[in-house]
Amino acid sequence: MAVVETRGLVKQFGEGAAAVDGIDLASADGEFLVLLGPSGCGKTTLLRMIGGLEPPTAGDVLIGGRVVTNLPPRARQIAMVFQSYALYPHMSVANNIAFPLKAAKVPKAEQEKKVAWAAGILGIEGLLDRRPRQLSGGQRQRVALARALVREPNVFLLDEPLSNLDAQRRASARDELQGFQRRVGTTTIYVTHDQVEAMGMGDRIAVINQGRIRQLGTPREIYDDPADTFVATFLGSPPMNLIPRNGHLLGFRPEHVAPRQMLEGAGGDLVPIHFLATREEYLGAERLVYGEVEGAKAVARFPSTVDVPAEPGRGYEFAVLARDLKRFDAATGLRVAGPA
Amino acid sequence: MSTIAATPPPETRERRYLLDREGVLGPLMLLPAVVYIIALVGFPLGLAIAYSLSDVTIGDQGLDWVGFRNFVDVAKNGTFQKALRNTFLFTLASQVLVLTLANILALVLSSDFKGKRLVRFLILLPWTTPIALGAIGWLWLLDSVYSPIDWVLRQVNLLGPGTIFGPRGNMYWTAKADLAQLSVLLIHTWRTLPLATVILLAGLTAIPQDVKDAANVDGAGFWRQLIYIRIPLLLPIMAVATLFGMVFTFTDMTVVYVLTRGGPIDNTQVLASWAYFKGIEGGNLAQGAAIAMFLFPVLVGVAVLMLRMARRTETT
Ligand SMILES: Nc1ncnc2c1ncn2[C@@H]1O[C@H](COP(=O)(O)OP(=O)(O)O)[C@@H](O)[C@H]1O
Ligand SMILES: [Mg+2]
Repeated sequence: MAVVETRGLVKQFGEGAAAVDGIDLASADGEFLVLLGPSGCGKTTLLRMIGGLEPPTAGDVLIGGRVVTNLPPRARQIAMVFQSYALYPHMSVANNIAFPLKAAKVPKAEQEKKVAWAAGILGIEGLLDRRPRQLSGGQRQRVALARALVREPNVFLLDEPLSNLDAQRRASARDELQGFQRRVGTTTIYVTHDQVEAMGMGDRIAVINQGRIRQLGTPREIYDDPADTFVATFLGSPPMNLIPRNGHLLGFRPEHVAPRQMLEGAGGDLVPIHFLATREEYLGAERLVYGEVEGAKAVARFPSTVDVPAEPGRGYEFAVLARDLKRFDAATGLRVAGPA
Repeated sequence: MSTIAATPPPETRERRYLLDREGVLGPLMLLPAVVYIIALVGFPLGLAIAYSLSDVTIGDQGLDWVGFRNFVDVAKNGTFQKALRNTFLFTLASQVLVLTLANILALVLSSDFKGKRLVRFLILLPWTTPIALGAIGWLWLLDSVYSPIDWVLRQVNLLGPGTIFGPRGNMYWTAKADLAQLSVLLIHTWRTLPLATVILLAGLTAIPQDVKDAANVDGAGFWRQLIYIRIPLLLPIMAVATLFGMVFTFTDMTVVYVLTRGGPIDNTQVLASWAYFKGIEGGNLAQGAAIAMFLFPVLVGVAVLMLRMARRTETT
């Protein structure tokens, strides 16, 4: 078990903006830490620098309190699962899993025991003789995990390991992956661009944009208390509404909008919102009502169980609880304290 | 409501879309290839088979059937043994050398260093040179009196009185049986190495970066990655490179023709060059064709292997 830390980590590819632009990050021991951000924001580059596959332009990587910046990957006691799984196509599943052990010159008998153990944890005992191309996406992912697990590394680095699975498989894989991480208790850094994965699995989430960490916190903190408009709009679907008012941006989540009389009993100050409905989407469990508030586009979300009148073309007197309103600086996008 | 334009009569409609039909377009597009193969491969092959079973010569071009007499005559000839042995020796030995050297070169060239492009270009040069010109160049380099190689050997005191390579002032590369064979072998290696290197280089770059990264993370050092990851993943493409090199070397007559004319005393003679000497220069077309026919079974075998591998890469 170990803590992973980066100090002022920078990676510059050629000219132009840095792919990773000064990242300070420290995981807790045994933590499931998610790096979340849009495609191209530098997540993979950051992960590869932690793993030693990419030399940083500046800054340091520490694993277990030791500076490992100049050590090759094999000296870092890490295991990595790649988006493509990167199984060795010419080796059987058993040999794939045993490869890190062979490289570490573990005795043969011990190798077999370890392979059986790792295969057991991931439920792939029946696949040991197959080649990677004879496996489904989900099975490949488990083999990749078994290969990562078998050496009992200090840190797991996972780069979008679920993105090659279909939607249904992904939901159960999320569950399995998190359960697996809890069982082995190894510090895990998990890269994804999928907010559902991040929210569902992470102990903490680092939201990254353009090579910088915009916010680091628990899923609840990130969702309920976004540090800036990027985080506010990157998380949540549909994202937080932002309404310009008095030189600030007023932010509220679509699910916090409700007719005024429904919120009156909720306890707390109300902020009235005049909502001009333009379009409605019925999604089964919920309804999305698109419209305008003070000239800016906005969305409201109502559970299907609640009957809220919202006809396109008409204006409604909605409201939001004052405590659910966030204020952001219009110029910098940063959160500002104080009442709306 | 607007009126719909009158549809043209069915015949023109069909003719207009004739080329959209796979059953018409397919054979049409294949036709040039079929004509080409029949004219330039099928016809000469048929002619060669016919010649080898007849008594045709340059003087008397009538095709009188003689059965397998030409094959028997050729096989009994002492030169046949030498030519057959040399053909296989040059092919196999040069390809072993090429495979070893191409692996090393490809590995070196796949790493990043300054001037990589220039080195790649230089390595490809022998492949772009017409083989006859290359062989003439080597003929000069290996000249029995003026050889620059001999000159260098003399300068570094490896050649001349009291040195390893003997008291005489020249090596006489093409005049001594073993040196002449070595020369032919090395020229074939020099010639096929570039293609093999480029093929292997392509194979190396085709190994996914993720797989190399995974091997790094899994703790494998350079040699373990080479032996357990790179070489096994390169094997199919190595086979392709070797088969190409084999075909080129096996069927080549130019190097021997230019460098040694088969000598000294048929010691570098190969089937292809002997067929030429017998059939064209000696005028015995029938025997020349029969000699060339001995290349046929091996080439068929290689072709089958190539097609099989092509199919395997198609399906995986
Ligand atoms: N090897 C590389 N060479 C040049 N630019 C790269 C390289 N790898 C990544 N980049 C650039 O760095 C940025 C971040 O990439 P990446 O870390 O892969 O993003 P993410 O994983 O978040 O999608 C991108 O703009 C990408 O084009
Ligand atoms: Mg990525």
